[in-house]
Amino acid sequence: MSGEARSSGPAMSPDMKALLVPAIDSRSSWRELFILPLAAMFLAMLIGALIMMATSVAPETILQSFIAMAHGSVGSIHAISETLTAAIPLVLAGLGIGLAFRAGLFNIGAEGQMVVGGLAAAIASFLVTGLSIWLHLPLVLLVGLAIGAVYAAIAGLLKAATGAHEVISTIMLNLISIRLLDYMLRQPFIQKEGRSDPISKAVLETAELPRILEFLDGNLRLHAGLFIMLAAVAVIYWLLFRSKLGFAFRISGENPGAARYAGIRAGLTIVMAMAIAGALAGLAGAIQVSGVLGRATPGFTAGIGFDAIAVALLGRSHPVGILLAGLLFGALEAGGRQMQVDAGVSIDMIGIMQALIIIFVAAPLLVRRIFPPLFRERPRGGEENG
Amino acid sequence: MDIELRGISKRFGPVQANQDINLEIRAGEVLGLLGENGAGKSTLMNILSGLYSADTGEILIDGSPAIFTGPGDSIANGIGMVHQHFMLVPVFSVVENVILGVEPTSGVDYLDLEAARAQVQEINTRYGMEVPTDALIEDLPVGIQQRVEILKVLFRSADVLILDEPTAVLTPQEVEEFFTIVRALRDAGKGIVFITHKLHEILEIADRVSVLRQGQIVGQGDPASFSEADLAEMMVGRPVSFSVGRAESTSGDTVLELAGVSLFDAAQDARLVDINLSVHGGEVVGIAGVQGNGQTELVEAITGLSAVTTGEIGFAGQDITRASVRQRHRMGVAHIPEDRHKSGMVGNFTVAENMVLNSYYDESVTSGVQIDWRRVHARAAAACLSYDVRTPSVFLGAGSLSGGNQQKMVVARELERDVRLIVASQPTRGVDVGSIEYIHRQLIACRDRGNAVLIISSELDEILDLSDRIYVMFEGRIAATFDNRGGGADRNAIGLAMAGVSQGTNPGAGRSGNRGSAA
Ligand SMILES: Nc1ncnc2c1ncn2[C@@H]1O[C@H](COP(=O)(O)OP(=O)(O)OP(=O)(O)O)[C@@H](O)[C@H]1O
Ligand SMILES: [Mg+2]
Repeated sequence: MSGEARSSGPAMSPDMKALLVPAIDSRSSWRELFILPLAAMFLAMLIGALIMMATSVAPETILQSFIAMAHGSVGSIHAISETLTAAIPLVLAGLGIGLAFRAGLFNIGAEGQMVVGGLAAAIASFLVTGLSIWLHLPLVLLVGLAIGAVYAAIAGLLKAATGAHEVISTIMLNLISIRLLDYMLRQPFIQKEGRSDPISKAVLETAELPRILEFLDGNLRLHAGLFIMLAAVAVIYWLLFRSKLGFAFRISGENPGAARYAGIRAGLTIVMAMAIAGALAGLAGAIQVSGVLGRATPGFTAGIGFDAIAVALLGRSHPVGILLAGLLFGALEAGGRQMQVDAGVSIDMIGIMQALIIIFVAAPLLVRRIFPPLFRERPRGGEENG
Repeated sequence: MDIELRGISKRFGPVQANQDINLEIRAGEVLGLLGENGAGKSTLMNILSGLYSADTGEILIDGSPAIFTGPGDSIANGIGMVHQHFMLVPVFSVVENVILGVEPTSGVDYLDLEAARAQVQEINTRYGMEVPTDALIEDLPVGIQQRVEILKVLFRSADVLILDEPTAVLTPQEVEEFFTIVRALRDAGKGIVFITHKLHEILEIADRVSVLRQGQIVGQGDPASFSEADLAEMMVGRPVSFSVGRAESTSGDTVLELAGVSLFDAAQDARLVDINLSVHGGEVVGIAGVQGNGQTELVEAITGLSAVTTGEIGFAGQDITRASVRQRHRMGVAHIPEDRHKSGMVGNFTVAENMVLNSYYDESVTSGVQIDWRRVHARAAAACLSYDVRTPSVFLGAGSLSGGNQQKMVVARELERDVRLIVASQPTRGVDVGSIEYIHRQLIACRDRGNAVLIISSELDEILDLSDRIYVMFEGRIAATFDNRGGGADRNAIGLAMAGVSQGTNPGAGRSGNRGSAA
């Protein structure tokens, strides 16, 4: 508490100190961020079990499938590696969606931004040759990031200049990106030699994200994208809550009238927020190509850009929340695969449960009704503060 | 229907908003509820309308206890609240808004709009509300929108109406019409709770008055037995002076100068027509006029929110006609916006964040591209103290401050900065008498430091009390100017000019041509 009174003139009075004590009971935000999603997950699993029962899956198989899910997501070093690998692109793209959302924009286009970013990264990964990994890998990732940013900025520009709604334009850009991918993959300079189906050349070794657990077991797929993801969480947190730009984003998202009043240029803010969102999605695409897939193929993004919307929602557009939500979805993904193998329950069940979790999180009142003791408010207030 | 509140208490974190309150609301009576900002009036009424639940205490309806778990319960029991913030769908018609949620249907799900319209119309005429039932909300002035809110609760068969600061957004003429409706409601046997900060309104309409301070009832009785000064002292706990002592001003250089400014909106309608206006350092200039005569546009032109179509704006010797909002802000233009919720604050942000809403980029609170939150917090705490913004902490969401305290927060933010020109639009809207006194003193103090102050207010008293010179706006023009040094301006003449009658001292005054076509 010392040294900050510089600009505030006189030494701090007791009244002033009182004003500087955080007011809000931190438990309510804790409830929102952790207990609510956990309760939602529990409910989703319950309904998942009911569905399985209704389709006459034997109770022991249901139990087995949940055990398999736990096992496949966190039960072994391999499972953890798979969970984290799946979480990386989800968190990255989710951060972009969350950031855009904070600025008042619904970026439905993460999928398309991942596609163009990943495709561009793939091209840069085999067309550019003769570089060391220290130059080539960053170049490839940056290309993915930049192309994703430009692609999303198109939607931003359209909105800023003409008022075209970003939901419509990003959906259209998604469609374009998917066709563009198929088209490009057949171009001779991209298509793998000797193949007639659309598939790109392989990523050069100097452009591959190194696997970080290889020293334990050559099969562990977890790659260095993990560190990029963690860094991105920190950077986006800083951007949103510490930087001037992020403050402008948040004002614009909360109250456009106040943003105008504060002299924030709406058009510029829209384009910037979309570009940053697209950069993160593009980076996610590049990381998938360079760290996991090793090439670009039709549909290589596998709907991650859409799942990331759910991750951003579940994480309440908060970087830490998105990290946790991404990890949860990664775990469900990895666990679901195990479930299919061990218990023969289709991985579709995981999709259903993911969707149910979102529904329950989106309807907190419902969860509160079902588990009143978890959310019982002591006679106090502060409920207005989301 | 009579209602009794017994021993109501409600606590928000460290704030005891209501403490052991006993209150009676009787049929056929207007109960005036007074209290300083943050005294707990809205909280108490939100408890009565089922929005909040009391920590302790009970609500008796005609002697039997009622338990409300949500707003639906209270309206089912005949209690309806009109919030200060209208909750209307702008693109729906009046009837559609009124019936929203309780649509009369026949058959499976056929919306019986005709029956609804007849019912709404019946209520409308019974209380003399004169609301055009088929108009769209967005086309109606604020005063009529408010009547739609009242229609809404009456349509739901409310016997008790709670009106939270209904007159804060009304022009004086609208207030008179509003009172006519309130009287009609009272005579029809409705119980009415009327919250206001304007003491003369209590004296005019209330049958009983209760005064809250710091969550407790500190006085009640027959308004006829109190003077405004009594009520004010009861509210604030000290004597309040209603007009600031204003020394002779020493007017200095021209700070703001508008020359031939006209502004056309997107539909090419003239909003401002050939405005010539100046504000000098050391001078308070007031803009009087009935709301909607171009004041909003004038403020937007001066602060840079709207580009003017023709004319020039000078500020401290520089041409700022094309300068951005931010450039003007940096040059020393402060702006208290007329509607804090629309543009002055962000309810989901903390008080501290709101304190730097439009100066977050300034070197004094940043280091590089980062905002230095520790400095922001310290500064916000200091501003809250000096402007008596009642909040337990600067980390509290601004949305949970009381209405008047939100306004004080906005005023504190703008006045705390070192500026050359203050553009204050309805600066004391929703603020209690004690704080009005303080804000007025601060505005005069700014003037006395040699700054220019421009006040836009629909309260003629406020204008007369503060201004050295007065411009009256009518239909986008300056209709008249008055010299008010030493309080010499003729109130009647100003009133006439506001109504568009040619009377002012300005030779060009009173041209009441049709807006839009004249330019
Ligand atoms: N949802 C909330 N969360 C936390 N504190 C609250 C909340 N609502 C009200 N308060 C606090 O309770 C106190 C009483 O507020 P209330 O809105 O009832 O005042 P009021 O008498 O209506 O004032 P005003 O005249 O300014 O509208 C204030 O200190 C306010 O900050
Ligand atoms: Mg209030």
